[in-house]
Amino acid sequence: MKAPYKFVVMICVLLLLALGFLNSVHTVSAAGGAKVTGTAKLAGTAPKQKTIDMSKEPSCAQIHASSPVTTEAVVVGPNNALKNVVVYVSEGLDAAAASQVPSQPNTITQKGCQYQPHVIALDINQKLQVVNGDATSHNIHPLPKINHEWNKSQPPGAPPFTEAFSSEEVPIPVKCNVHPWMRGYFVVVKGPYAVSDDNGSYTLDVPPGNYTLTAWQETYGTQTQKVTVAAGKPATADFTFKAK
Amino acid sequence: MRTTHRRILLSTILTAALGTTAMAQNAGISSGYPVPKNGFTAQEQKGHGLYRRYCIGCHGPQGDGNGENAPYIDPKPRDFTIATFKCRSTLTGSLPLDTDLIHTLVRGVLASNMPSWRPLSDEDRADLVAYIKTFSPRWKKEQPGPPLQVPAEPEVTADRITAGQQLFQKMECWKCHGTEGRGDGPSAATLTDSKDRPIVPYDFTSGHRFKCGETDQDLYKIFMTGLDGTPMPSFADNLTPDQAWDLVFYLRTLQPGKTKERAIAKQLGLKPINPTGTTPQP
Repeated sequence: MKAPYKFVVMICVLLLLALGFLNSVHTVSAAGGAKVTGTAKLAGTAPKQKTIDMSKEPSCAQIHASSPVTTEAVVVGPNNALKNVVVYVSEGLDAAAASQVPSQPNTITQKGCQYQPHVIALDINQKLQVVNGDATSHNIHPLPKINHEWNKSQPPGAPPFTEAFSSEEVPIPVKCNVHPWMRGYFVVVKGPYAVSDDNGSYTLDVPPGNYTLTAWQETYGTQTQKVTVAAGKPATADFTFKAK
Repeated sequence: MRTTHRRILLSTILTAALGTTAMAQNAGISSGYPVPKNGFTAQEQKGHGLYRRYCIGCHGPQGDGNGENAPYIDPKPRDFTIATFKCRSTLTGSLPLDTDLIHTLVRGVLASNMPSWRPLSDEDRADLVAYIKTFSPRWKKEQPGPPLQVPAEPEVTADRITAGQQLFQKMECWKCHGTEGRGDGPSAATLTDSKDRPIVPYDFTSGHRFKCGETDQDLYKIFMTGLDGTPMPSFADNLTPDQAWDLVFYLRTLQPGKTKERAIAKQLGLKPINPTGTTPQP
C-alpha cells in the first residue's frame, strides 16, 4: 500500500514543478504585460521636403497625379508630432526577452514608387516580406554596413519574397536603383521595438525592469533615455528632436 | 641537501618550460617564412607576402580598396573588408566560393584596372584568396551560399530569341540597359554603386567583354546572381532556367560579331523593343 502512495505524491510534485516552470516561461513570453508609451516631437521648424518628380515612371506619376509626393526625411504631424521614429531597448533587456523574435513578418510594400512604410523596424532574424504593388519593376537593394548587401529584382506581378537580417544595424538604407528617388530604412534591433505613428506616439511592450531606450530618426540621429518599467503601470518616455 | 634538490628540480622545470616556448616560436621558421605574429595560418601568411607584392597598390594595406593608386582608378578597387563581390556563382547576399575568387584572379575584371593574374601559379592564387578572406569577419561566421545550378545549354532557336526579347521587356532590363542594349535606358544616368559612386550600365553594342566572364554560362550567372555592390539585381526569383537561357540568347543578339544568335535575329527581322508604345524618333 505504501509504494503506490509514494508514487502518487511524486507525480503530484512533478506536475506542480512542471506547471510552475511553464507558468514562469509564460510570464516572460508575455513580456510581463508592462509597457512604455510616449510621443516623439520636433522642436523647431521642420525642413521643407522636396517634391518628387516621377515623370520618368508614368505608371507611378499617374497614382500621385492629384497630390504630388515629397521626400520623407522629416514627417511632422499635428502639434509637431514626429512620425517614423524607431524606439527600442538598447540596454537592460534580459537574455530571454532579447532572444524572442516575432513570428509574424513585417511587410514593406512598393506602391506608387514609394516604400510603405518608409521606415520598417525588425528584430534580428525576423522575416521581412517584400511586396511589389506597382505596375513597374523594382529592385530592392538594402545597403548595410554590418549585414550583407543583397539586391533582388521584383517585376510587376512577381510574388512577394522574404528576407531577414542576422545582425543589429541602425539603420540600413534601402533603395531602388531603377527609381532613384525611392528611399527607405530598415532598422534592425535586438528585442522589442516600436515606430511612432502620424501622431508621434508609440507603445513599446517590455517586461518590467530598468532600461535605456534609444530613439532613432533618419535626419536627426539617436537619443537615449533611462526608464523604469513596473508591472501593470505603463512608463512614459517622450523624445524631442531639435530641428537643425 | 634538500634545498639543492629543490633548486635542481625547479631549474629543470623552468628550462623545460622555456624550451617548449622557444620550440613553439621556432615552428614557423621551417616553412621558410617568418613566424606569424598576427595569427595567420601558413597559407594566409604566404598570401600576405604575395598581396604586398601584387595587390597592395590598389587594394591598400587594410584591404579596403584605398591603395595608393585607388584615386586614379575607375571602377574603384574592391573593398575586401565588406566581403561584397560582383562575380559569384552564389546567390545575391551570400559569400562567393573560393573558385569564384580564383576565377576572378585568372580572368581579371574586364573593362577595369584589375588585370588577369594568369602568370601566378595555382598555389599562389589559392594563397592570395586565403589572405583576402582575412579582411572580413564574415568569412569566419558564414559559409558561402550554395552555387547556382546552370543547366546544360539548349539549342538556340528563333522561338527562344523571341521569348528572350519579351523577357527583356517584361523584366524591364531596358530601364537601365536601354531598348537596344546601349546602356542608355531612362534610369541609366542616375545609377550609383553601393558606395554612392556613379556607375554605368553595360552597353551590349560596345563589343566589350563582360566583367564576370565571356561564356554563355557566365552571362546566365550574371543576371541570375546579380552583381552585388552594383545596381544590377538578381533575377533568380523571377526567371526559370529555361527563361534564363532565352534571355541569354536574346542578349547575344544585341552584341556585335558574327554569332548564330545574330544570324537568327536578322532572319527574323527582329526590331528593338518599344515598351512605351511611342513612335521611335527617326
